[in-house]
Amino acid sequence: MAKVLMKGNEAIAEAALRAGAEGYFCYPITPQTEVAEYLSKRMPEVGGMFLQGESELAVANMLFGAASTGKRVFTTSSSPGISLMQEAISYMAGAELPVVIINIMRGGPGLGGILPAQSDYFQAVKGGGHGDYRTLVLAPSTVQEAVDLTMLCFYLAQKYRNPVMMIGDGMIGQMMEAVEFPESYEEPPLPPPDEWAATGAKGRKARIIKSLFLDPVSLENNVLILEKKYQQMIREEVRCESYKISAKNKVLIVAYGTTARICQTVIDELEADGVSVGLFRPISLYPFPEKEILKEATRKNIKSVLTIEMSMAQMMEDVERAIQGRRPVHFYGRTGGIVPTPEEVKEQVLKVLSVKRRSTKKKS
Amino acid sequence: MAVDSKTVFDRPVTLRDVVTHYCPGCTHGVIHRLVAETLDELGLRERTCGVAPVGCSVLCYNYFDTDFMEAPHGRAPALATGFKRMRPDMIVFTYQGDGDLASIGMGEIVHAANRGEKFTTIFINNAVYGMTGGQMAPTTLPGQITTTCPAGRDVNHTGEPIRIAELLAALATPGYIERVAVHTPAHILKAKKAIRKAFTLQRDNKCYTLVEVLSTCPTNWGNTPGEAIEWLDENMIKYFPLGCYKDYVEPEGK
Repeated sequence: MAKVLMKGNEAIAEAALRAGAEGYFCYPITPQTEVAEYLSKRMPEVGGMFLQGESELAVANMLFGAASTGKRVFTTSSSPGISLMQEAISYMAGAELPVVIINIMRGGPGLGGILPAQSDYFQAVKGGGHGDYRTLVLAPSTVQEAVDLTMLCFYLAQKYRNPVMMIGDGMIGQMMEAVEFPESYEEPPLPPPDEWAATGAKGRKARIIKSLFLDPVSLENNVLILEKKYQQMIREEVRCESYKISAKNKVLIVAYGTTARICQTVIDELEADGVSVGLFRPISLYPFPEKEILKEATRKNIKSVLTIEMSMAQMMEDVERAIQGRRPVHFYGRTGGIVPTPEEVKEQVLKVLSVKRRSTKKKS
Repeated sequence: MAVDSKTVFDRPVTLRDVVTHYCPGCTHGVIHRLVAETLDELGLRERTCGVAPVGCSVLCYNYFDTDFMEAPHGRAPALATGFKRMRPDMIVFTYQGDGDLASIGMGEIVHAANRGEKFTTIFINNAVYGMTGGQMAPTTLPGQITTTCPAGRDVNHTGEPIRIAELLAALATPGYIERVAVHTPAHILKAKKAIRKAFTLQRDNKCYTLVEVLSTCPTNWGNTPGEAIEWLDENMIKYFPLGCYKDYVEPEGK
């Protein structure tokens, strides 16, 4: 199929349809509203359900009800809206429901701003709601990857019967890039919804979709069932990519999403200047590629690690945990909707390398 | 001599034969039975999904032999919306108390009703939070004593009780809204009629339907089951008049 030029939010919407999404529930919020606008037209065309709810609180709970039917359903929102959804996300994790939630992140805390940020890392990765649960979290760095990961999200949600989140900063949602949708989309077989969904107690025992276990032994058992799934995710769903990692690198940058792309530009420029730096890009944020980072960071040639984020050292905590103190981990981040420029990232790399900036470079 | 016997009264198939967790004198059991009888009579059990609230009736799925979802506090109408929108061929009902529906879930119930979601709400109004031990509800009567208004509800401090049937009937979309009670056999028969009508309208894919049922809570009202019946009759019905607040009208040209 030929490439088409699409805005990230619209490409995500189309990708969800290609992955077989049958229901979409939403509430408008910048910078993801184009997903809702696009699907308000496209969903009815493919015979699916589009519904705008009265709040993100209601939308997440509509998703709960819709997912209980066994159909593929999802929602998209942005940071403050995702905060409102945390109640239902906890319940859906407890009740083992497959849903896809896409967060096109903006700056926070509070109402914050509407420009790109990565400051919902903790909320997504550490579980924003109450209780012992995890959401599987993926983070794209291009519009094409947003398409590919959106489709993957639906499969993973069904595979684990667990909420799956994709977090993209506002840049991913708002920018236009050439994307290609797969010609056909096939997934490995999954257990049919008839085996777990509420489809009516005809010829079988009545089924209860719930997260309440008043007996502590039963509740602990349910948490252990969930934990088993999370351990399987750690074994099977780690995704990451590296860029120009070599034995010549002195510094390893760790960055994800849009930030990782800025770092690629920096790495190319530094390479032209004769400075060798590698990039490690986590794609799955939960499970976090701990072993993979440890391996790359502890190569003999690597002197230190630099984490770059559009947030205040949130992912850095996981990077430090992965590296276990075996290399110094530095941090540089911008937040509040400010996207770091290649120049300022470059300066940070040089600082870490303790190499003086060349006087020929302009300085603002 | 052979004796001819005929069963004239039995447990509905939709109601499980289990021990109840509700307190003596609580009328949840009567209302459960009326819903179960209705699902039996209309032959809907095998394609029904209920939504349980948070409150005393959170465990109602232990009694109804149908599929069930258990909602976060107040969100049952949102779950029912999502479910029914994906499976319009199924029968969906929410069973919610006054704390769940009229307090924390006010947003969800108003908007679900206003969208005309084609499910049924059985709304249990007993003027008190039952499961947490008798705190003030949005429906607690003026002067009524609860554990969080020990001197009686002061309407200057917390406002007048909310009349849900009237409030929702003020919306243009909802199709059928009736308030009933279950404290005497005559009222039980009327309540059954209303519940059956609500599920029939849903089965025929007509409109949003809500039946508000005035119910007793002797444990938290601090009286005996008999006294609770009298208290409901003397106090609640005055503030929450029984009757049909909105009746379904077939759209013209159909």
